[in-house]
Amino acid sequence: MQVPAAFEYAKATSVTQTLDLLAQWGEDARVIAGGHSLIPMMKLRLARPTALIDINDVDELSYIKVEGGELRIGALTRHAELLESALVEEHYRIFRDAERVIADPIVRNRGTVGGSLCQADPAEDLSAAFAAVGASVVIQGARGSRTVPLTEFHVGPYETVVEAGELLTEVRVPIRPGGGSAYVKVERRVGDWAVAAAGAALWTSSEGTVSNVGIGLAAVGAEHFRAAEAEVYLVGKPATEESFAEAGRIAAQHSNPVADQRGPVDYKRHLAGELTVRALRAAAARARGQEA
Amino acid sequence: MQITVTVNGESHTRDVEPRLLLVHFLRNDLGLTGTHWGCDTSNCGVCTVTLDGVPVKSCTVLAVMADGKQVGTVEGMERADGLDPVQQGFVQCHGLQCGFCTPGMMLTARCLLDKNPDPSEQEIREAISGQICRCTGYENIVRSVRWAAEHEAAAKAEVTS
Repeated sequence: MQVPAAFEYAKATSVTQTLDLLAQWGEDARVIAGGHSLIPMMKLRLARPTALIDINDVDELSYIKVEGGELRIGALTRHAELLESALVEEHYRIFRDAERVIADPIVRNRGTVGGSLCQADPAEDLSAAFAAVGASVVIQGARGSRTVPLTEFHVGPYETVVEAGELLTEVRVPIRPGGGSAYVKVERRVGDWAVAAAGAALWTSSEGTVSNVGIGLAAVGAEHFRAAEAEVYLVGKPATEESFAEAGRIAAQHSNPVADQRGPVDYKRHLAGELTVRALRAAAARARGQEA
Repeated sequence: MQITVTVNGESHTRDVEPRLLLVHFLRNDLGLTGTHWGCDTSNCGVCTVTLDGVPVKSCTVLAVMADGKQVGTVEGMERADGLDPVQQGFVQCHGLQCGFCTPGMMLTARCLLDKNPDPSEQEIREAISGQICRCTGYENIVRSVRWAAEHEAAAKAEVTS
């Protein structure tokens, strides 16, 4: 039987109360929502928080809305809610693609958007999807709140800029009409972490050139989950197979995967390129209003 | 700490350690051993129960998290007039072999049919994709859920005609 080490526990019902408890219990306390990363780590004693603050009843963090020209997603939004949201689907189809292949339906009932980002697993699909659409996150602390672009959010594997005493409360995605977005993933079996995955959001000009593009990569060691060099290359190029192939080549070149039980380095690098091409192709088709 | 959890409509108050997992609370504290305990890593899904009506893996939920909430287990599936149609489907279509995954499979199937009374084979397969049948008896599990869907539809039609 896997049993976590003993800890203090409290249920919070508001952000203010959560921040108070974080201040009171100090840096060895952890916030818990879905718990599908933290509880397994606690069972294996890879994590030994002295206290858990349960935010499952902090209803003010559970919402999906459009405000200020942005899609705003509360940190406590469950994966299943993001998957099923018509509002999200209307603006960014990348999220339904990604959510369909994150864990399994029962885990998605429990796991949260904020938890996934804060866990900062290098293979986390939502990190790549949010990187592709140029998202930012809102982090609250005792001294107020700050907004951080996702491209500055991750410090390294399992590390983010969220400090002790702070809470990620919201993810914001700018709404830019006229584009298309998509996510593609290769996994060993249903519900597994990605061997590699790529997401793309693409906007084209009336002449058919790429006016704006975001490319996110998961599980291949891309800095900040982003294929920045491939993005730079694509802007201003025609939205064609040839351009996408070159962007894929650049994305693969700049990826930095590590060999593990999911595959060797050359295979993962190949996937980084190929999946970048597929995500761009699907995003471009959707931008043109075609089914993909 | 003291928690009060409503399981299958009945309220239970117990004093538990915060680190106690919901699956062990149900099995050991309440004696409800219909909920099985498998991989302990939220992969296999045999510990699936409903929490406020939503299927969750109870090996990855703390019992204290269920304080003040509604939990549903396989023991609560039976209706006043007999077995739930999902349970009947598993009987009729040989939906179980060793039975280890069965309680979780049936609860997920029940939640699926409540949301989608006429699921396709693909939708059923997706709904149970977080659960492993160690006998690999998926074909019959899918048939059992379809059986339940068809019989519920027929029963409803009878009531309204």
